[in-house]
Amino acid sequence: MNNLLEVKNISKSYGDFKALNDVSIAIPNQSVFGLLGPNGAGKTTLIRIINQIIMQDQGEILLDGEPLKPAHISQIGYLPEERGLYKNMKVGEQAIYLAQLKGMSKLEAKKRLKYWFDKFDIGTWWDKKVQELSKGMAQKVQFIVTVMHQPKLLIFDEPFSGFDPINANLIKDEILQLKDEGATVIFSTHRMESVEELCDHIALIDKSNKILDGKLDDIKREFKTNSFQVGLQSENEGTLKEQLENNFEITPASFKSLENDLKLNITLKNGATSKELLQFLNQHAQVTHFTEIIPSASDLFIKAVQNNG
Amino acid sequence: MDKLSLIIKREFLAKVKNKSFIVMTILSPLLMVGMMALIVFLNVKNSEEIRTISYIDESHQLEAIFKDSELTKYINLEKLGFEKAKEITLESYYGLVHIPKSDDLANLSKGIAFYSEDAPNLNVIQDLERKIERKIRDLKIEQLQFDIKKIKGAETDVAIATETFAGEKSSKMGSVLKMIAGGVFGYLIFMFIIIYGTSVMRSVIEEKTSRIIEVIISSVKPFELMLGKILGNAFAGILQFIIWIISASLLMIAISAFFGVDLMGSSPSMEASQEMMGQMQDSASSDIQAMILEVKNLPLMTLFLSFIVYFFGGYLIYSSIYAAIGAAVDSETDTQQFMMPVMLPLIIAIYVGFGVIENPHGTIAVAFSIFPLTSPIVMLMRIPFGVPWWELLVSMALLLVTFIGIVWFAAKIYRVGILMYGKKPSYKDLYKWLKY
Repeated sequence: MNNLLEVKNISKSYGDFKALNDVSIAIPNQSVFGLLGPNGAGKTTLIRIINQIIMQDQGEILLDGEPLKPAHISQIGYLPEERGLYKNMKVGEQAIYLAQLKGMSKLEAKKRLKYWFDKFDIGTWWDKKVQELSKGMAQKVQFIVTVMHQPKLLIFDEPFSGFDPINANLIKDEILQLKDEGATVIFSTHRMESVEELCDHIALIDKSNKILDGKLDDIKREFKTNSFQVGLQSENEGTLKEQLENNFEITPASFKSLENDLKLNITLKNGATSKELLQFLNQHAQVTHFTEIIPSASDLFIKAVQNNG
Repeated sequence: MDKLSLIIKREFLAKVKNKSFIVMTILSPLLMVGMMALIVFLNVKNSEEIRTISYIDESHQLEAIFKDSELTKYINLEKLGFEKAKEITLESYYGLVHIPKSDDLANLSKGIAFYSEDAPNLNVIQDLERKIERKIRDLKIEQLQFDIKKIKGAETDVAIATETFAGEKSSKMGSVLKMIAGGVFGYLIFMFIIIYGTSVMRSVIEEKTSRIIEVIISSVKPFELMLGKILGNAFAGILQFIIWIISASLLMIAISAFFGVDLMGSSPSMEASQEMMGQMQDSASSDIQAMILEVKNLPLMTLFLSFIVYFFGGYLIYSSIYAAIGAAVDSETDTQQFMMPVMLPLIIAIYVGFGVIENPHGTIAVAFSIFPLTSPIVMLMRIPFGVPWWELLVSMALLLVTFIGIVWFAAKIYRVGILMYGKKPSYKDLYKWLKY
């Protein structure tokens, strides 16, 4: 089985409002899958349908090749964006309760919890009430509660909100480790730098439709414009620019450099190759800087959403 | 099923471990019994006070009634004259009875007055009035030269025994008993619905505001969560009521033993009714027997079984409405607009219930005891008076149908509402949610 989760032609309406329109996504086994999209695009609706919190109007979802059914709940761990814990309940008691709801036995839950509490070094919180914890502390407990029943599929909606950079890193490492141990992760966020760091695959949903999906690298390749960031040193910058303009598209660029050189973005045209560009540059100036511009996840996001109008 | 019992357990413990629950459970019976004890104590204290009443009987016909009793002493101040007597009474006595001069028996009762510093105790005045009336009657009979003994011998005490055609004996005391039995059960349901329905609502709102709701319903169905919450709260409530009943009765027994006060039977006008008690003494033992008989005559089995049916039916209907309201709003302050239509039938039921006591088989009583939103309260108040079995059946069947309908309806609103934040919903929104 290559795909752990297959979302097939899902549609969902709330009254007159169409929240999802014929969305299909395949999530490969043991990957980190970025589910991206502007606010209100329909991500949360899709996530809730996968969690069987709400029912789709049309379409089908397969987990491990089987149509989604209530028994699958124990194989999914979900950290919602709107999350919290019972404030008046003690941490340990509450974690055991939530684990039991996921189908674990009390004994098993205790054992798993001890493992995680030791790992995060928070054993002393066991008998504290949630309201005594800081927001970051509560988030850690929430993370443990999400993953402790060792689900095949983990769904994180903005997992890093409420964490300081140190703890955010800790959680990021945990997510990657869980992936290495065999879990598949759906990761929904607006923080593009973490998409860059974590995701193998992404899907972009905008205005209820999926507008983009695939391997992050493939998409980047597709979106790259054959542009290069170039630093040049020349006696006569004016003529150099003119010559360049005749053969390529150039725009001014800015980046950090030791020398006070000419900084340009150069885009190839008429089927020219990077080799030709480099040869041209070497003939006319001294090259101090030469990088292909690869679109960031953020660039992809903005571009795709803008194209979708 | 397994998850449902987990939820029930958590909801039950969350409620029972709550400090305010513990405080309420312990303090309420103490407060209730304490208050009752205080009232009774003050009443007893009040009636035990020895009063001295002065009198001036210018007619010299009624002096015989001013005989000292255990709690009332009389002093004749005629020699001092009216004005002086008033002064002295103001200083040291409870009040002054003034009977003006009169030659004619017919006019003797006119102009009798009681002077006191403050408004006098009503019982004292009633007692005096009764004594004077009786004395004047005796005097009049004497004047007509009838034999008082013979007339008294001709008086008969009649108590008509009433019986229904079905053979059930009924009596006035029976009616009171029925009133109390029905009233207590009906009122119990009313209180339970309000206290624990609100508690369900709060618990739903708490889950929304603490944002745990989505975590929970990714593991269980919203309906299971709602049902677990309703049942968990109900069990906590039943526990609280049982504790209240047991501890209140224990306290009551303890206090009455300790103070030697009869909490149940004491009345402030003991002195005034002493004479009546004397008359009743003979029949007292047979009255107690009659009362036991009346209790036995109550349709106890029907009452008990119907109580259980109406208790759960009523509570489940209302608490699922409360749960839906809790799910629809973000905070308790937003619940106002939805609370009114929920409270209305309950309040009407209580008012109709009072009417039932007057006329248990009137059209209004019958209608409201069949209408499912009021039947849990009104029907229970009617049952002790005897309800045709078909009315009971129709009422229960309607309750069941309504129960299923309302729970379905509430579950739909609940399911959508718990995931909605920020917007204060209108009735129109709720209607839309039904179609999601």
